[in-house]
Amino acid sequence: MQYQSQAVAKPYFIAAIGLFVGQILFGLIMGLQYVMGDFLFPAIPFNVARMVHTNLLIVWLLFGFMGAAYYIIPEESEHELFSPKLALLMFWIFLVAGAATIVGYLMVPYAALAKYTFNDLWPTMGREFLEQPLPTKLGIVVVALAMLFNITMTALKGRKTSISIVLLMGLWGLAVFFLFSFYNPSNLVLDKYFWWWTVHLWVEGVWELILGALLAFVLIKVTGVDREIIEKWLYLIIAMTLITGIVGMGHHYFWIGTPEYWQWFGSVFSALEPIPFFMMTVFAFNMVNRRRREHPNKAATLWALGTGVMSFLGAGVWGFLHTLAPVNFYTHGTQITAAHGHMAFYGAYVMVVLTIISYAMPMMRGRAANSEKSQVLEMWSFWMMTVSIVFITLFLTAAGILQVWLQRVSTTPLGFMAAQDQITLFYWMREFTGLIFLTGLVLYIISFFVGGESKEAA
Amino acid sequence: MSQAFTKSMARNIFFGGSTFFFLLLVALTFDTMQVLPKRDHRENITPAVERGKMVWEKNNCIGCHTLLGEGAYYAPELGNVYARRGGGDFIKAWIKSRPAEGTPGNRRQMPQFNLTDQELDDMVAFLKWTGEINTAKWPPNIEG
Repeated sequence: MQYQSQAVAKPYFIAAIGLFVGQILFGLIMGLQYVMGDFLFPAIPFNVARMVHTNLLIVWLLFGFMGAAYYIIPEESEHELFSPKLALLMFWIFLVAGAATIVGYLMVPYAALAKYTFNDLWPTMGREFLEQPLPTKLGIVVVALAMLFNITMTALKGRKTSISIVLLMGLWGLAVFFLFSFYNPSNLVLDKYFWWWTVHLWVEGVWELILGALLAFVLIKVTGVDREIIEKWLYLIIAMTLITGIVGMGHHYFWIGTPEYWQWFGSVFSALEPIPFFMMTVFAFNMVNRRRREHPNKAATLWALGTGVMSFLGAGVWGFLHTLAPVNFYTHGTQITAAHGHMAFYGAYVMVVLTIISYAMPMMRGRAANSEKSQVLEMWSFWMMTVSIVFITLFLTAAGILQVWLQRVSTTPLGFMAAQDQITLFYWMREFTGLIFLTGLVLYIISFFVGGESKEAA
Repeated sequence: MSQAFTKSMARNIFFGGSTFFFLLLVALTFDTMQVLPKRDHRENITPAVERGKMVWEKNNCIGCHTLLGEGAYYAPELGNVYARRGGGDFIKAWIKSRPAEGTPGNRRQMPQFNLTDQELDDMVAFLKWTGEINTAKWPPNIEG
């Protein structure tokens, strides 16, 4: 760690991992409710568990992104963080607001929560992923703006690198496009249309800038490859991301009341969306193969390579699988979507946050890398979680194909619930694999507490 | 990559490309906004439909169901439920009759939301209006 203020990233990373555990536990609850419908009912109905599962994911990834920004920007700018105190204050505000929101979901019926939090004054709740009460949404805006002010001031005072510029653009974009979550017209079609301006332009747009910047930063550090080459790749990858991904938003505009020409725009552009992810895979392997130093942190390198491969498979391949309009006509809103969602989020965003944590945490604890023993355990957790998510995705894909066949393609279509009853075997296998994922996550956490000899930070 | 292709060329492709395609998105959005009134039959959005959307949102229905294919995949699609169940009576009776402690057996549970008669009527108005949006013939069949 080159600058004292980078250490403010540490609580962000710790909170991220803690909330990650919560996300997985609620995922397991939901997975069980798929096959044992009365599990925990009526204490935790499925809709509540799902809201907690997805919201925890979003919040812990945001913790990860913010921690990454506080770690990377000072080092790239060669300047101490503008205000470490502000960063720490924002950490506590975000943690308390996030925890209060989750407790609210679990303790109060959602309609009552909406009433207590002034949803009638400005209705924004009850839309997928944007379920947060108004005060929480405003809190997210405040925390994001304070972070942007903090890191932008730092970057302005110091060296401006391509990595910090791309990271700043990604984070500014994140804040700007979140503002669409405050727009909730009574016309459902308009509501859905602009809901995607937050959701799609986050995960298939600006978040990928953040992803690219984090990956590029870690690759420079662990491979020692010339910055010019890595930053050239970074620009090319994110260029392809936005060239394909912005109009690729059309793949959400096939069946929600929008004009039919979106079927062409959406199919063509989103068919190209795997390209930047493929480039990312090639990029990660290329840089590691051309490495000019042997960095002792092997685990961080593994996570970086894993991000390249798994984001390509999850976001690229599994996205392409159901993105062409004639295919999507049958697969829209089935377990195929769920399969894609799981591997894409894990492969792209979970893994890149774990990459930067894997690289930065040892640095913040005063060493270049963890001990051999600790790293071996961390790499075990990498394989357990990654292989688990691959199988979860495969099982959900199988479930989805059967669902589509039974309910939508067959000449004697079954009703939704009748079709679900036919595919419970795959839900059981998914749940079992989820337990292995949890085991991997537990090993991951244990790896932080494994001692042994480690190299001093340079 | 060859040395002839420099970082500043890559940067220019990024800024130029993303600006161009963002403007294309804005242009397509502008056109969509012109065409939409013919497809979303917004003239039929009555106060009841508006209130029904609020009831839908306040009870987090999207946490289990899909609506026009978006949402959770735990419970049936509701964009065409009005047509599938032949009107609003079934919908109202179904929502009203969910036992608070759950139905016996391990089937998937729908909570009892304690909706008023007014809320139930509004919900039906909202689902009926939703079912009449021009969705390019989606879903493939009545089962959703």
